[in-house]
Amino acid sequence: MAEKMKLEIVTPYKKIVETEVEEVTATGKLGEFGVLPGHAPFLTSLRIGELVYKNNGVSEHMSLNWGYFEVQDDKIIVLVETAEIAAEIDIERAKAALGRAEEALKKLTQEDKQHKIYEAALERAIIRMQVAGKAVRK
Amino acid sequence: MASLKSIKKRIVSVKNTRQITKAMKMVSAAKLRRAQENVVAARPYAKKLGEVLQSLAANLEGDLHPLLEKRDAKKLLLVVLTSDRGLCGGFNTNLCKAADRYIKEKKSSYEQITVMTIGRKGYEFLKNRYTVNKNFPNVLAKPNYQAAAMMAQEIIDGFVAEEYDQVELLYNSFRTVMTQDITFEQMLPITPVASGEAEETPVEFIYEPSVSELLAEILPKNIEVQIFKAMLETVAGEHGARMTAMDSASKNASEMIGKLTLQYNRARQAAITTELMEIISGSESIKG
Repeated sequence: MAEKMKLEIVTPYKKIVETEVEEVTATGKLGEFGVLPGHAPFLTSLRIGELVYKNNGVSEHMSLNWGYFEVQDDKIIVLVETAEIAAEIDIERAKAALGRAEEALKKLTQEDKQHKIYEAALERAIIRMQVAGKAVRK
Repeated sequence: MASLKSIKKRIVSVKNTRQITKAMKMVSAAKLRRAQENVVAARPYAKKLGEVLQSLAANLEGDLHPLLEKRDAKKLLLVVLTSDRGLCGGFNTNLCKAADRYIKEKKSSYEQITVMTIGRKGYEFLKNRYTVNKNFPNVLAKPNYQAAAMMAQEIIDGFVAEEYDQVELLYNSFRTVMTQDITFEQMLPITPVASGEAEETPVEFIYEPSVSELLAEILPKNIEVQIFKAMLETVAGEHGARMTAMDSASKNASEMIGKLTLQYNRARQAAITTELMEIISGSESIKG
């Protein structure tokens, strides 16, 4: 697979990744999807989840918050609120966040406004821990 | 002529002031650099988001979203961004005055104009003049995206609930260290940017989920980014303005010290001359 795509991951704070990749897998709103070179123009929103990109056979895992994913002419632009490379994830912090979110969810009912917020926090923490775990094994 | 002692005292006090203004200038310079980096770092995101929005809007088929809805503009919300702290020259004053002028100008064409302020200085200026329905102080010390998102939500809720029909943003955009431009931007309703280049055929995208669903998510984001960008620009502008103001304050202080020193030396010279005269005339009288 000689062909490559350009990948850019951008957050409001900075450009996190700008690199050439062979393959990208991400979690879209409707489920996980993969992109290979030569993909048709494609635009989707992402949910809290994992993004994996492969370059020269080495895959890098990232945890993403809410965002957008656009492919056009072998150029991928990912707009996200936060993105963390697996190796940079602070597991302790994620664990603490997980604990907090679980604690808060116990007290709240489905109707509460905050329920959703904590649910998202819980999801983020879980994804972070999963992704971080992959970095260790690599 | 003022006494030697009082001149000396003034020199010391002006020197102290100069020390403070110089220190503030240095601090602002350092903060400015960081703020400038933030502005630059945020640009790609804002730009890309705008592009995505545009490509979506190009494919829009009368599928209106509440945030795009154009109503008879009767109630206007003006969002004013200023800094929390003073001592930065005309940075806040100019903006507040512009807001004041703008409101007076538009008063006749709207039924109601409300103001929302971000930053303490603007609030203090406008609270006695107009109805300020919300104020967010202290968010600018460390501009973060969460704060911007929260404010955006507030604005969007108000718009959807028809508390106001039009939202405009007023802030100092950062051009260079020396100059900030007072900028008005319409935030709501969002006017889809007319795709200028007609030759460029819009690419047929695969959308997942549907265009309207994507749009529903991206429009609020656009507001958030707009506020976030304005926040960053305000912070950078504030530090730039403070740096310039403190620089000229230091210069003025130095000038004043020079003048006072001259005065001091003259006074000293005069005192010595008088003393000499006294001695000489004294010794003359003894001789005589």
